[in-house]
Amino acid sequence: MKEQTARYAFGRHWNRHRDRFYAVLSLLPSLVLIFVFVYLLIGWNTVIAFSKWHGLKTDLSFNGLKNFIELFQDARFQIGMRNMGVFALVFISGCIVLGFLLALLLDQGLKWEGFFRNLYIYPLAISLIVTGVVWRWLFTPGSEQTGWIGLNQLFDFVGLHFLKSGWHTSQSFGIVAVAIAATWQMSGYVMAMYLAAIRSIPVELKEAAVIDGASPSRYYLHIVIPLVRTTTVSAVVILGHIALRVFDLVAAMTGSGKGFITDVPAFYMWQTSFQGNRFNRGAAIALVLLVLISGLVIPYIARTYRTSDEQGG
Amino acid sequence: MKSTPRSLNRLVLYMVAIFFAVLFLMPIYVMVNASITSFETVSVSTMWRLARTFSLSGFAAAWVGDPLQGFTGLGPYFLNSLIITIPAVVVSVFLGSINGYVFTHWKFPGSNLLFMLTLFGMFIPLQSILIPLVEIVRKVGLYGTRSGLSLCSAVYGIAITTLLFRSFYGTIPTSLIECARIDGAGFFKIYFRIALPLSLPALTVAVIWQFTQIWNGYLLAIVLTQRPEVQPITVGLLNMVGAHYVQWNIVMAGAFIATLPTLAIYVLVSRYFVKGIMSGAIKG
Repeated sequence: MKEQTARYAFGRHWNRHRDRFYAVLSLLPSLVLIFVFVYLLIGWNTVIAFSKWHGLKTDLSFNGLKNFIELFQDARFQIGMRNMGVFALVFISGCIVLGFLLALLLDQGLKWEGFFRNLYIYPLAISLIVTGVVWRWLFTPGSEQTGWIGLNQLFDFVGLHFLKSGWHTSQSFGIVAVAIAATWQMSGYVMAMYLAAIRSIPVELKEAAVIDGASPSRYYLHIVIPLVRTTTVSAVVILGHIALRVFDLVAAMTGSGKGFITDVPAFYMWQTSFQGNRFNRGAAIALVLLVLISGLVIPYIARTYRTSDEQGG
Repeated sequence: MKSTPRSLNRLVLYMVAIFFAVLFLMPIYVMVNASITSFETVSVSTMWRLARTFSLSGFAAAWVGDPLQGFTGLGPYFLNSLIITIPAVVVSVFLGSINGYVFTHWKFPGSNLLFMLTLFGMFIPLQSILIPLVEIVRKVGLYGTRSGLSLCSAVYGIAITTLLFRSFYGTIPTSLIECARIDGAGFFKIYFRIALPLSLPALTVAVIWQFTQIWNGYLLAIVLTQRPEVQPITVGLLNMVGAHYVQWNIVMAGAFIATLPTLAIYVLVSRYFVKGIMSGAIKG
């Protein structure tokens, strides 16, 4: 009897170990792929970023900080970084403000709420390439003499003449036009995030606010906005990393533009590496982007997903 | 009398909602409107006017191409996109499903760190791995092939599917898994008999999301493939748009064709799409 119990216990013990072994084993393919395709390649790219590889023939000899010094002095890179900053600012604030307002709108218990919600989100299903192709036409300015085209024609028609612009072809406006198209694509997504957050606020809080005589605007300003703060942080991180690596939309809409008015580092990186064979410069730009994105994303991942491993079985 | 301000309020709300609906539909209206009309009645300067003739000639031309206008048809590109996307979706969703299962119900020391390291892969700019990626894909002989592009698309999708399934499996009570364990079910039996069948909603979200992402992908494609015979439709579309002389209705029909599969999926099952975002599962 005693022996049987012992054997049973041993069996269970062995089963647990076997299962844990299977668990690790089934993670292994993904872990190997991620290790090679993400971490190993990032390391390799870092080596290239500090190398003399400039041309078709691979040359990984160390070039010190020279690539980076040259890069930061490079006019195109400076313009690109500034454009990226403007893009990020317009795109992130546009999506947050529009997303939040649309979420508030849909929280009012409208009929066909689901219809409106789905409609505001659908651009997310469309390729940035298609978005770029279509918006390029919408933004084509036309002129007084040949007739206005696209959005300008529309503004002209309804009398909003001051809204007419050269859009993506304009020296001062250029990259903002690209950011507007990106906002069209992503604000519904932010709306969905906010809507989920607003819906998860306990009903009692709203009732209490109503009993205390708070007006709807006070309720949203003093209760809802602070409560959806974590959603705002998530949205900023997600939109921010999209803004830093935006490529498809620029490629489809404008390319780098005349005088690099719509150029961004992500596009410069591709062009200088794969059309100009300046691999060390391309890798250096990529590394700058990676460092910027890491600064945004790593604290976020660490804070959001850090739970003690000991909890698990 | 008392209800007047309230109903006025409602009216304003509906007007605002409809205003935004129109705003969001505008580009699609222009695209569809121009694509379904014939070349004789289409012009960029009248893009807002409702099409007066109905013709699918734009679609036909966009699909088969026109050597006179200097562009190749999107038909073969469309097929390539399917060949590239479908296996990549299957692989990334399957791996994500297993990973999510392990990361929630079979935690081990260090597993959470591994999860976070996996997750980071979702946020990296592709630029930061592109140059060595081309080297490595060349070395294994997959450069310029659909399978190479498909494999890479799958790998960079693992992070998001893992996150998605981890969020989902987190909602399955641990007691359910524990009970199965006590009954003597092992790792794989619990996965195939309990976890996987239960995860059908997450599976749907993951498949739809991955299909959309990979179908719409562009950067990996232009770096890993050069020949039109293997390139996906996003590349084909931009090639067509860049042709010297191509009619406006054909461009719009091409854009429509390129976005049709993902848009159709969205219209048919937007429920799952929206649910995925609203549950906070999809981030990226």
